Amino acid sequence: MLRKYLDKIKPNFEPGGKLQSFRSVFDGFETFLYTPKSTSASGVHVHDSIDSKRVMIIVVAALIPCLLFGMYNTGYQNFIGSGITDLNFWSIMLYGFLAILPKIIVTYVVGLGIEFVVAQWRGEEIQEGFLVTGILVPLICPVTTPLWMLAVATAFSVIFVKEVFGGTGFNIFNVALVTRAVLFFGYPASMSGDRAFISSEPICGVGGTVTYSDAFTGATPLGQIANGADAATDAAGHILSTWDAFLGLYPGSFGETSTLCVLIGAALLLITGIASWKIMASVFAGGLFMGWIAYTFQSPLYPGSHMLPIDQLVYGGFAFAAVFMATDPVTAARTGLGKYIYGFLVGVVAIIIRVYNNGYPEGAMLAVLLMNALAPLIDYCVVQANISRRMRRLRV
Amino acid sequence: MAEKINNKSVFFNPFSKDNPVIVQVLGICSVLAVTAKLEPAIVMGISVIAVLAFSNVIISLLRNTIPTNIRIIVQLVVVAGLVVIVNQLLKAYTYDVSKQLSVFIGLIITNCILMGRLEAFAMANKPWPSFLDGIGNGIGYTIILVIVGFFRELLGSGTLLGYQVVPQWCYDHGYVNNGLMILPPMALIVVACIIWVHRLCNKDLQED
Repeated sequence: MLRKYLDKIKPNFEPGGKLQSFRSVFDGFETFLYTPKSTSASGVHVHDSIDSKRVMIIVVAALIPCLLFGMYNTGYQNFIGSGITDLNFWSIMLYGFLAILPKIIVTYVVGLGIEFVVAQWRGEEIQEGFLVTGILVPLICPVTTPLWMLAVATAFSVIFVKEVFGGTGFNIFNVALVTRAVLFFGYPASMSGDRAFISSEPICGVGGTVTYSDAFTGATPLGQIANGADAATDAAGHILSTWDAFLGLYPGSFGETSTLCVLIGAALLLITGIASWKIMASVFAGGLFMGWIAYTFQSPLYPGSHMLPIDQLVYGGFAFAAVFMATDPVTAARTGLGKYIYGFLVGVVAIIIRVYNNGYPEGAMLAVLLMNALAPLIDYCVVQANISRRMRRLRV
Repeated sequence: MAEKINNKSVFFNPFSKDNPVIVQVLGICSVLAVTAKLEPAIVMGISVIAVLAFSNVIISLLRNTIPTNIRIIVQLVVVAGLVVIVNQLLKAYTYDVSKQLSVFIGLIITNCILMGRLEAFAMANKPWPSFLDGIGNGIGYTIILVIVGFFRELLGSGTLLGYQVVPQWCYDHGYVNNGLMILPPMALIVVACIIWVHRLCNKDLQED
């Protein structure tokens, strides 16, 4: 039925039709809903059965566990903090849903709006890259981020990181992470500190007002440790075990806290072959390695170095960055060996920043951005090494 | 030297069509460094205008007596002398701004615009056109500095020349100054935006 409707209105958008200037908008929706039937007319072209729109949708599906858990966690932290004892599952979920919905809407409206305008302006097809970015951005930001800041940062990074480089597939930095970096450096007071990570007001009558106290500071576990706490505690003051951290019921950015949900998403990405297992595995290896070094040479100057290496992986955004950020095929290294090097260094740098810079309790964002910049260099070195090896073989 | 120098175009070209910062891309370092606030940007611009104009005149007067193989040294000595004078004047009359600008007044000596104008223009032209060229390029540089400083101070601190511009009720309703604007990378991006707009308006400057 939808197909018939699209076929009926299609002539309006063909060149010469009355709505021809909106052709790319129509085209974008049509190919979003249906795999295009047209094939190349000449030459030999090998087409995969899934195009990039289908790839993006699978990545979004892989993010759903994190999104659902983020909703639950947001509601849970608010209910605990405001002293509500009736922990009804559905009202917790409703609270989280109401907290995240405006952010997802704002990110999509701003980001897709810019994409549509640019596509119209250049007369190109609408590119689908923002589909994933738009859901990633709310997931990696603190739940209290004001909507206008989100809009400003999204607009900034879509324009300056993506569109000026030529759109989807040409960006050198991960757009979602740059959005977060803009927020982080532009509005540090709203993006870090103890009060940013718990939604403290009732929304539409759901939830309660959080009262902060010595027993309930609202700091993230990594923030607590960077401030010199002996062990991380959850919102209610219980000491977190590695298993608790793995499950993820503690304050943090919206969708990144639960390593379990991240791993469910990772499984989906690996089964469908969309993300590179080389990068994922080597990020975790790098994190473990650097965590082990920091743990071996622990020092009272750097409270983060007292954490067990395995804890480094399950706290904060490390796992999320490893699975969803570092594996972004556009900004990661592309050669086989390069992927190992790239991933390993992401893991190492993330832990270095986390442990040895007490000002930044979380380093995964900066690590991935830094390695995005170095990825082409890694690829170049790998390719050159390969060339010179073959040249030697040729000479012998 | 045989070609006729049009004084008017010598003076006005650097404002837009031949702007030292956004077309020749010279002197970027100081644009990044001094534009976090508008006031130091203006003072820096005026200093560069003065140094550039007078060094152009002096070099132009000396142009026939300077041996070619030591001309850079002579140019540096002249510029350095003028920069020291400017620096002392700033310290005497605008001490606070002078402290904000700190080392960047001294670094006018190494500003690429100066060496560029001395080499390209003053060494080959009479004093009066050289003077106009120095003033013109200095103003072209100052225009960019002021635009960048305007946006960075407005968005980064909510003030202009130290006066509060963004009204208090904006802050009461959740507006926050953008800390990124104070950091040097944003100066680069603001300059890039100016270049972008400028090229859109001047099609003949667009490269493929």
